[in-house]
Amino acid sequence: MATDRQKRMIAVFLTASFLLYSFYLYYAMPFKRDIKNQEASEGKLVWQRYNCNACHQIFGLGGYLGPDLTNEYSIRGHDVIIAFIKSGAPSMPVFHMTENEMNQLVAFLKDVDRSGRADPRTFTIKSNGTIEQ
Amino acid sequence: MEPSNNKYPASSKLFILTGLLLLSVGMMFGLIGMLQYLIPGFLKQYLSFEKIRPLHVSSVVFWIIFGAIGSVINYVQQYTGRVIYSQRLVNIQWALFVGTTILILISYCLGIFGGREYWEFPPVLALPIIAGWLLFSINFIKSIPTFRHQPVYVWMWLTGVVFFLFTFLESYLWVFPYFRNNIVNDMTIQWKSYGSMVGAWNMLIYGCSIFLMEKISGDKNYGHSTIAFALYFTGLFNLMFNWGHHIYTLPSHHFIQYISYAVSMTELGILGRILWKWKSSLSDVKKHFHYIAFRFLVAADWWIFLSLLLAIMMSIPGVNLYTHGTHITVAHTMGTTIGINTFLVLAIAFDILHVNCFGAVPYTKYFNKAYWLANISLFVFWIALILVGIEKAKWQMRANCVPFSSMMHQIHPLFYIVFASGLMLATALLVIIYPMIKHQFECYISQKSSHAKSV
Repeated sequence: MATDRQKRMIAVFLTASFLLYSFYLYYAMPFKRDIKNQEASEGKLVWQRYNCNACHQIFGLGGYLGPDLTNEYSIRGHDVIIAFIKSGAPSMPVFHMTENEMNQLVAFLKDVDRSGRADPRTFTIKSNGTIEQ
Repeated sequence: MEPSNNKYPASSKLFILTGLLLLSVGMMFGLIGMLQYLIPGFLKQYLSFEKIRPLHVSSVVFWIIFGAIGSVINYVQQYTGRVIYSQRLVNIQWALFVGTTILILISYCLGIFGGREYWEFPPVLALPIIAGWLLFSINFIKSIPTFRHQPVYVWMWLTGVVFFLFTFLESYLWVFPYFRNNIVNDMTIQWKSYGSMVGAWNMLIYGCSIFLMEKISGDKNYGHSTIAFALYFTGLFNLMFNWGHHIYTLPSHHFIQYISYAVSMTELGILGRILWKWKSSLSDVKKHFHYIAFRFLVAADWWIFLSLLLAIMMSIPGVNLYTHGTHITVAHTMGTTIGINTFLVLAIAFDILHVNCFGAVPYTKYFNKAYWLANISLFVFWIALILVGIEKAKWQMRANCVPFSSMMHQIHPLFYIVFASGLMLATALLVIIYPMIKHQFECYISQKSSHAKSV
């Protein structure tokens, strides 16, 4: 049976590794590019303010009632997205956003679109079970 | 003889009762949300889905958090044999948490958001939660006389208390532009914190369930055993490094995928242990099955097995590619939050609440039926969600897929099964928890009136 000291050493080692991993990730963020586009940055806050994530996904994460919007900008384009926001859908209310908010939201979706592809068909499964795009 | 829990102040019960009320309300919001899948546009003008979903999620998440806090406060006192360090801190924490939860639910009803998925409320409301958790941390640490030579459940409680605070703070790093100005960076840190946070509250609840198991069986050796600590460290390892399976398809660092994939495979050891334990614990099940708290522990064991099986499969990136973004993920969440978290907290709640000022609460004749109905309907609910997920997985992998709305129309019949089983599950759980809430309330009224008479 492990002694109390050995248990503490394992706990300290794991905690130190966790902190190192966490702070490394904070420092070496996956994308070095900052959004210089203020409009897209504001658009992310509009996305949160209207809780779009409750129904829609980005990179497969979010609600399931509506479609994934990661690459909606390149699939449908600016005008169709604006039309959807203005008119709503059977399950989607009209949010009465201002023109400015709508443009910021579309700028955000344009930026998300540039980040990568969410379509699972674009991935390859390797023999060890990992995936690659 | 079942032990009495009445010698300590009732504040821990207040947390559990508040949690039970939130569970009742949360289930109601869940059913409304499900109706919105069945009847597009249902209540769209008043409580549309972007309001209902956070109302449901926050209510049930706070049920788990309130339940976990109440359980730890009560069991720490039973374990040390002393009253908690500061009763006043417990009361302040309860008031902070209740006030904040009410404000959060009101803000959702009014459509006031600002946060991200799962914590959608305006970020300023996170401050009282942080303050309340700090009070809880102080109270817990001060209540344990020494942290040397402690059983595994004290380690688990300490881990849960510390890591919840860390991960909750981490989940708010997005308020700084450095973290939120790129969606991939933002989501990487978001899911890192969420993945570990679930592990943190699991530590609190699993710790309490081990304490309860020891109490029922009368065997005080398990908490100090090598196997208990081996499982604890495996759980801690996964809490820290296994969160990456949420974001395999996110264009983030590749090493996150490799680390998470490798770490998650250590869960196979836990799975093996469950199977081994079942073989040897059948006599215990027969011996203690009359004890209601024990029954929920047994049910949770089954759900740990099923959820772990699904989790391990979903941790393989090649499988995750198919299940990600589908209702298979929802099935996993429901299995863990209802089958494991809710059933374990209910076991603890029965242990803590079944003895009140009137003596032991007699269980209703409906309890047995409700217990089995809850388990069977949860299983049907779980399977139906997996089937919905499989249909969506097939759709998103098809070369020429039909539009999203057509796919949703095709799987519509399955949502009826999800709703019907969800309705049965909610009914069964309400039948189970209603007597607990009722008896505690009657007890409170009777104590108040006898106090008034004596004055």
